[in-house]
Amino acid sequence: MSEIPSELRYARSHEWARLEEDGTVTVGVTDHAQDALGDVVFVEHPEEGQQVNAQEEAGVVESVKAASDIYAPVTGTVIAVNETLLDAPETVNEDPYGDGWFFRIDPDDVSELEELMDAEAYAEFCENEEH
Amino acid sequence: MPFIPHTVEEESSMLSEIGVDSIEDLFDEIPSALRAGRLDGVPAGVSEMEMLRRLGERAAADASGVCFLGAGCYDHHIPAAVWDLAARGEFMTAYTPYQAEASQGTLQLIYEYQTMMARLTAMDVSNASVYDGASGLAEAVLMAVRANRKAKSRRVLFAGSVHPNYRKTTETIVSNQGVEIATIPSTDDGRLDMAALEALGDAVALVVQQPNFFGLLEDVDSLADWASARGVLLVAVVNPLTLAVLKPPGQWGEAGADISCGDGQPFGIPMSSGGPSFGFICCRSALVRQMPGRIIGRTLDLEGRPGFTLTLQAREQHIRRGKATSNICTNQGLLVTAATIHLSLLGRAGVRAAALGSAARTRELVAALTAIDGVTERFGGAFFHERALNLPRDADQVVASLLRHGILGGLALGPCFPEDPTMQNCLLVCATEKRTPEEIQRYAAALQECLAA
Repeated sequence: MSEIPSELRYARSHEWARLEEDGTVTVGVTDHAQDALGDVVFVEHPEEGQQVNAQEEAGVVESVKAASDIYAPVTGTVIAVNETLLDAPETVNEDPYGDGWFFRIDPDDVSELEELMDAEAYAEFCENEEH
Repeated sequence: MPFIPHTVEEESSMLSEIGVDSIEDLFDEIPSALRAGRLDGVPAGVSEMEMLRRLGERAAADASGVCFLGAGCYDHHIPAAVWDLAARGEFMTAYTPYQAEASQGTLQLIYEYQTMMARLTAMDVSNASVYDGASGLAEAVLMAVRANRKAKSRRVLFAGSVHPNYRKTTETIVSNQGVEIATIPSTDDGRLDMAALEALGDAVALVVQQPNFFGLLEDVDSLADWASARGVLLVAVVNPLTLAVLKPPGQWGEAGADISCGDGQPFGIPMSSGGPSFGFICCRSALVRQMPGRIIGRTLDLEGRPGFTLTLQAREQHIRRGKATSNICTNQGLLVTAATIHLSLLGRAGVRAAALGSAARTRELVAALTAIDGVTERFGGAFFHERALNLPRDADQVVASLLRHGILGGLALGPCFPEDPTMQNCLLVCATEKRTPEEIQRYAAALQECLAA
C-alpha cells in the first residue's frame, strides 16, 4: 500500500497538490505514481511564469518505461520549478511528497483545490484502478 | 525467436480465449465513418512467374552504363562479404522487436552502428536510423523546433545550396506543423550567401549541407559561430563518407553543429534505382529526448555478464502515441546492418581511402571534361567529389546522348532549378573511387562526340 498523506489533495492523473501558507500550490506526483512509473530518469518542467490550466499538461516525467505528462491540478501561473530534479530525477522516487516536488503555482482561484480528491477518496480511486 | 505468422488454428484459439468471434470484432470501437472500407484500388495478385516477368521489364527499363551520377546516391565499391553477411537469416529479419532484449545480436549491431556514427560525426549520440537522408532532415528540423524553446520564431533558414529534393521532402513533412522554411539565396559561386542571412530575421534553426548539393565546401565554421551567437540551432546535412576527410559537424566553429543528419547510402548500400537507403540523425546529448527513435546501451546483467539493452525509447510512438517524437519513424534495420558490416570491414583507413579516391577521380574527370571546347566549371572554389559543369548545349539532351554511349553522364540541373534558366546547360558530375582512368577517358571521348554531333 502506497503512502497517501492526509493533508494533500489529489488529481485523477496522480498528481498531489499542497496549499502553502503563502497561498501558492505545490505540485508533485504521488507515491503510487512514482511506484507505477519505476525509476524516474528525466523531468521536463514548465517555464517559470508560464500560465497553466487545470487538467492540462504542464510537464513530462520520464522513467525507464515511459514518458508521461504531468497535469496542472489548478489553473494559475508557474512561479517556481524544482531544479533539483534536473540533475537528480531519482528524488521523485525517493521522496515524492518532499524534495521530489515538481513545480509551484500561484493559483487564479484557490477554491479549485476543493474539486480534487482528499486522501480517502484517492486511496479508494487507486484501489479501484488496480482492479 | 521465430518470425512465422500465426496459423488459422492459432487465430481461432486466441479469439475463443478472449471470447471474441472474429478479428473484425476487435475493431468495433472504431466508428464506421472513420474506416476506409474496402481497398478497391488494389489489383488482384499475379503468379510468381508473371511478377518476375513484369519486374524484369521494369529493371531493364532502368538506365545502365558507367556511372558518373551522384547527387545524393553514389556508386561506391561494396565488398562481397557485406551482403553475404547481411543476408543471413538472423539479420534479414532484423528489426528491434518489442521484447528488445530477447534479440541481443540486433541490439549489439545497433549499438555498434550508433557508436560508429557518433564517432564519424563527432556528435554525442546517434539514433538507430530513419527512412532516408531527406526524411532524416525533416525530422531534424522538427527536432530543432521542439528543442529550441527559447526561440519565439518557427522559421527555419534553409541554405539554397541544400539538395532540392531534401528541401521538398522537408516542406512536405513540416509545412502542416506550422514551421516556415525560408530559403537563403546562394552566391554566384554556389555557396550560402552570408550577407543574405542577416536579412532573413529571427529563426529557430539553420540548415546547411556540407559538401553542398553542387559538391562545394561551405564555410561551416563561420556558419556555426553565426548560429550559436544568435541562439539558432545548426542542422548539418552531411555525406558521411566525406567525414573521413572533412571536419565533422561536431567540430564546426566554436560550439559545433547541434544536429547532424544525412543519407547512409555511401556505406554499403547499392544504388538500386534510387533506394531503399537509410537516414541517420546524430545530435548533442542535450537534445537526445527530442531525437526520434531509440538508443541502445551496453550494460551488465544480474550476473555481471555484458549485454545490450534499450536505454532510450520512452518517447517512441508505441509509448507516447500522438505525442511521440515522430510518427513516421522506423529504423532501417537491414540497411543499417549492411552499413555497420561495411564500416567494420573498411575500417578507418578504408573509409578514408574511398573518400580520397573519389575526390581524386573527380578531379581527373573534371580535368578531362573541361579540356573539351565549350565545357567549363560552373563554380570556382573547393569541392569534394561532385562538380557542376557548363555545357555548350542543353544538359538534359547531352545526358540522353551519353546514355547511348553507355555512359550515365550525371544529373542535368535544369529541372532542379526551373527558376534559373542559366542551369539549363548545367550538368552535375561525380566520380567515385570505382572509376578508372580508362572509363574517364571513355566519358570524355563520348562527350566530345555528343557535343560535336
